[in-house]
Amino acid sequence: MDLSQINPVLLIASLMVAATPILLAAIGELVVERAGVLNLGVEGMMITGAICGFAVAVESGSPLFGFVAAAVGGAVLSLLFVLLTQVALANQVASGLALTLFGLGLSSLLGQGYVGLKPPPTPRLDIPVLSDLPVVGPILFSHDPVLYFGIVVVAATWALLKFTRAGLILRAVGENHDAAHALGYKVVRIRVLAILFGGACAGLGGAYISLIRVPQWTEGMTAGVGWIALALVVFASWKPWRVLLGAYLFGGLTVLQLNLQAAGVAIPVEYLAMSPYVITIVVLVILSADKSRAPAALGRVFHATR
Amino acid sequence: MIVLEKRPQPSQFWSLATPIAAVVATMIFGGLLFAVLGKNPVEAIRTIFWDPLLGEFAFYYRPQLLIKGAPLVLIAIGLSLGFKAGIWNIGAEGQYIIGALTGAGVGLAFYPMESWIIFPLMVLAGALGGWAWAMIPALLKVKFGTNEILVSLMLVYVAEQLLASMSLGLLKNPEGFGFPGSRNLQQYDSAHNAELIAGSGMHWGVVAAMITVIFAYVLLNRHMLGFHIRLTGDAPRAARFAGVNPARLILFCLGISGALAGLAGLFEVAGPAGQISIDFNTGYGFTAIIVAFLGRLHPIGILLAGLLMALTYIGGEIAQSQMGLPAAAIQVFQGMLLFFLLALDVLTNFRIRLKTREVA
Repeated sequence: MDLSQINPVLLIASLMVAATPILLAAIGELVVERAGVLNLGVEGMMITGAICGFAVAVESGSPLFGFVAAAVGGAVLSLLFVLLTQVALANQVASGLALTLFGLGLSSLLGQGYVGLKPPPTPRLDIPVLSDLPVVGPILFSHDPVLYFGIVVVAATWALLKFTRAGLILRAVGENHDAAHALGYKVVRIRVLAILFGGACAGLGGAYISLIRVPQWTEGMTAGVGWIALALVVFASWKPWRVLLGAYLFGGLTVLQLNLQAAGVAIPVEYLAMSPYVITIVVLVILSADKSRAPAALGRVFHATR
Repeated sequence: MIVLEKRPQPSQFWSLATPIAAVVATMIFGGLLFAVLGKNPVEAIRTIFWDPLLGEFAFYYRPQLLIKGAPLVLIAIGLSLGFKAGIWNIGAEGQYIIGALTGAGVGLAFYPMESWIIFPLMVLAGALGGWAWAMIPALLKVKFGTNEILVSLMLVYVAEQLLASMSLGLLKNPEGFGFPGSRNLQQYDSAHNAELIAGSGMHWGVVAAMITVIFAYVLLNRHMLGFHIRLTGDAPRAARFAGVNPARLILFCLGISGALAGLAGLFEVAGPAGQISIDFNTGYGFTAIIVAFLGRLHPIGILLAGLLMALTYIGGEIAQSQMGLPAAAIQVFQGMLLFFLLALDVLTNFRIRLKTREVA
């Protein structure tokens, strides 16, 4: 075992890469939950985004088209969730599970011809002086554009929720849909938009795994990242910046665990591989004491009678 | 414009009709999917739903119906009790794996001793293993209010890693020439969950599934605990006033579903699967969620839904080998079924009315 092989600068740089899929999916789900909807289909939307993005990127040769297709794919799948929960007023927990089961099947069906292929590489940022700086360069200035986009989305979500009228309305719908309805806000319309945004973000997160993080297509490759993202929203007490913090913590754990595997630590590989899931549970336990931050109308069905 | 009007009481008719309507809708849209994949939709649907039951080689496939249906029914019955009360155990797959591990572990510990006591001990160990695995989310929910959905699901991934570790390490066959996987329990008479009547597909898991259906039916319709489960699901506040102890209910519902999933795992690993290997689990724990909903969370309904779902597995395999239909297409097909079911369920609780917009 040789821990000195682990380079802290590279560790932080790869931590940011590992965190981005969780970050994108979680920030999307945060908006959905702030609107009072619990969408448990994140895993399904992510894996669908992963294959849509992968397939389009391979066929078109452009990672950009891939990411756009991934967002569209995730959003289209979330449209099914919209139909179930907002139109047919079905139970949100069951509908989310349905979305995940369906998405997993759909993705492996779509991905049949794509196993073993290599996607076109996504160009990394390369700023002449800045990217070559020691320590700061690899950490801050030489990532792919999507990673920065993820951080921008977090900032934008934070600003939208905190400072704009639209954000206030979204929160009102999530806290008390009857009151929001009485004030004349279109509860269902706002929720539909939030769910579609969540789907697009989850799709992007999935494509980040298949196009940049791994990068190739294997069945079920998201391996629970969508569920970790759901846990992360609870961890973050529904606050955008804490999602960023939490995602980097989980990303760090994943990368550290992989580094330890590579360094040949005397812990069996399987036990290291289960650590992110175990730690998610531990974190959930620590944080579940305080539920006051959860949007009050979370998971409740809205049916306008008047 | 179309308006949904809440029914004062859920419609009896639609409550029975929606699963059938959902199956029909899934056949239509599944047929379209198969057509898109370039297969003859009519032939595909016939291969999936007709051939295993009444086709030329049905005598070979019919026993499979019991073998595949039993674990689904066992797990789904357990899940349905929780789902009724709003307790969401979606980690049955993990409990299934752990039940198989503990059960097979006990059996392998006795190898090569032959005794009648070994199999009952394995059954007990399997149930206990699944129960213990489900107790983790249950206790965390009771003690700390942790979300049981996320915890039980995370534990599936943990269980999968444990399974990999066990089949490569502790439970690996010492005479297996280094291949991963345990000894084959089918070749160890005392531990083998053999068919009770040769060629019928009837093994102890099938018996257990039937007993469970009856047990659940009596529990829900004739027992106070069953009434409390239904009450908590329909009106949680009323249940609190009626003196239902939510913590006890959580422990019971998660515990029983874990134990049943563990049993299903043990019967599978000691019988049809034969050995612990990295990928012996085939997702029954997740498919059982669909079975539970398709059966309307009712024991008899689940029995029928389990058989139907088993049929899609068997039919799917036939369609795979005969028509080259991808395995994933069947997974999509099963997912679709749950979608249509949830969507059509709106008819049970709501009336659809055409209304002209009123002027305020």
